Amino acid sequence: MSVKVLTANRLTDGEVVWLGANGEWLEHIDGALIARHAEAVNALEEAGKSAIKSNLVIDVNVIDVEERGTELYPVRLRERIRQLGPTIRLDLGKQAEKPKAA
Amino acid sequence: MYRYDEFDHAFVSARVEQFKDQVERRLSGELTEEQFRPLRLMNGVYLQLHAYMLRVAVPYGTLSSRQMRKLAHIARRYDRGYGHFTTRQNIQYNWPALKDIPAVLDELASVEMHALQTSGNCIRNVTADHFAGAAADEVGDPRPYAEILRQWSSMHPEFSYLPRKFKIAVTGADRDRAAIQVHDIGLHLKKNAAGELGFAVYVGGGQGRTPMVAKKIRDFLPVEDLLTYTTAIVRVYNLNGRRDNKYKARIKILVHETGTEEITRQIEAEWQAIKETDLKLPQQDVDAIDTYFAPPNLVQRPEGWSGLAAARKADHAFSAWVDQNVTPHKNPDYGVVTISLKPIGGIPGDATDAQMDLVADIAEKFSYDEIRVSHEQNLVLPHVAIADLRIVYDLLLTDGLATANAGLITDIISCPGLDYCALATARSIPVAQRISERFGDPERQADIGELKLKISGCINACGHHHVGHIGILGVEKKGEELYQISLGGSGDEICTIGDITGRGFSSEEIVDAIETIVDRYLEIRTDKEETFLATYRRVGAAPFKDALYSEVANAA
Repeated sequence: MSVKVLTANRLTDGEVVWLGANGEWLEHIDGALIARHAEAVNALEEAGKSAIKSNLVIDVNVIDVEERGTELYPVRLRERIRQLGPTIRLDLGKQAEKPKAA
Repeated sequence: MYRYDEFDHAFVSARVEQFKDQVERRLSGELTEEQFRPLRLMNGVYLQLHAYMLRVAVPYGTLSSRQMRKLAHIARRYDRGYGHFTTRQNIQYNWPALKDIPAVLDELASVEMHALQTSGNCIRNVTADHFAGAAADEVGDPRPYAEILRQWSSMHPEFSYLPRKFKIAVTGADRDRAAIQVHDIGLHLKKNAAGELGFAVYVGGGQGRTPMVAKKIRDFLPVEDLLTYTTAIVRVYNLNGRRDNKYKARIKILVHETGTEEITRQIEAEWQAIKETDLKLPQQDVDAIDTYFAPPNLVQRPEGWSGLAAARKADHAFSAWVDQNVTPHKNPDYGVVTISLKPIGGIPGDATDAQMDLVADIAEKFSYDEIRVSHEQNLVLPHVAIADLRIVYDLLLTDGLATANAGLITDIISCPGLDYCALATARSIPVAQRISERFGDPERQADIGELKLKISGCINACGHHHVGHIGILGVEKKGEELYQISLGGSGDEICTIGDITGRGFSSEEIVDAIETIVDRYLEIRTDKEETFLATYRRVGAAPFKDALYSEVANAA
């Protein structure tokens, strides 16, 4: 079943970020705040609006993700590419920075 | 080459200072994103999937070595060591931080470059034949006129908020290498019976979701009327173009809905009213711009031909490269060299900082300091002596720049697609890479001959798929990438929009489908001289559809 998280790009450098359960914007999807029902989704949307106002991020969107074990897997290819980086340049984007979990 | 005058320097510097201030105000929160977005777009700054993207104009595709070195430096210092040359003769950087962009614009201004009007609903970077000033078949150099249009359209107060973007292309030969008939205005520089220069004027072409071939509305427009007539066209568009619907806002829709005859009447009426105003080009102004584009003083190098024959005999790969990537120059001692940015299995249009530096070095030594960017996402050395071809080839070979595939099936145009672009619905580059690998064998692709394959990752058609001999459009269907094929498109002087073959193909199926089409072509062509496009025009879509869909049906 898909649940939702909030994603955006950081204002200063465009880095892809997700809203964390701790209220911070995280550079990796692990630890993103998960909304499992309509009220929580509304809260995500409100958090997005206030983040835009506080001038930290741009292009804020609620996206669908699947919980696969402990991992979050974005439903749309577009979001999976945002999560990792260009599929044709594995040396670029987050996929190049993040050590693969064992 | 054109050199900035004091006005140009002051103008570009003022814009850099202005944008610096706007970025500071954005970062401090004084400007909201809603307020800032149109400002950043006017300076070529987009937001893509992973980061911001900066699109830098290469006016009419012409660069000096110094400018190319600056592009390399920017890639190295502010980006990730590469840039992407686009179908608009621009270069895009995919990873700049917003806070660094004013510094990048400063660096660009220091070599007379900028990112102005590479986005927004204004007159965009004017493009031209990438062989301009060099090709043997050229009637006149289109670049002085592209430069005049650039000066006229930069920050044009009346035309800064058009209904939609507006693209002008100029070609100076009967062979159209600038795809002018799929531009909002296409200008074909030609001579009349009296030997005077003027333009055939085309209006209302374009690709995107509603592809249209432009209509010729004037067979010969004297050079002096270039700006008055262009003003009349853009004014009629600005007044009457649709602003209610983004998807119907381009001039092609206005031309289509109004009718060619009526829109021509409106343009001519507007023109009569402004024809004798101060926009009429004085010959001395044209001459002054013209001198900037005067051909270099080419040294006679007749010794090249005998040496070339021997070098070709000794090295088959070099010989294939000369056949494919060197085209005739006005001066028979010289050739025009296409540097393919399409290595087999590589990313179309990408060049590393080191490759850009290498091209700059080669151009400085062997091409009179001149480089061109083509809309086909390659680079061009316009003035290489035949005697120097071997050494230029050897130098290009040192960094993977000597692929002998210009105009062949692996010389694929591809937009960035879903790997980078926020608008894309499917990936295009990986499809291009797999097709390139499938057909990468030099003998196989040489046997197939001229075949322009173009891929877009969404309906906006940045990859020019509508005018590909074979076009591929990637869409998203039920969460999966799906690729539609069109056949028989062409962006040259006999311009046609390709016909969609039928249902699309999955990512797994698409390369086999392309191979099926190519194999059918090889079976039915009259002989090797009949190109894919000529065959398609002779037989139509039916044999290809049969091959595509009966085979799939059989396999199912």
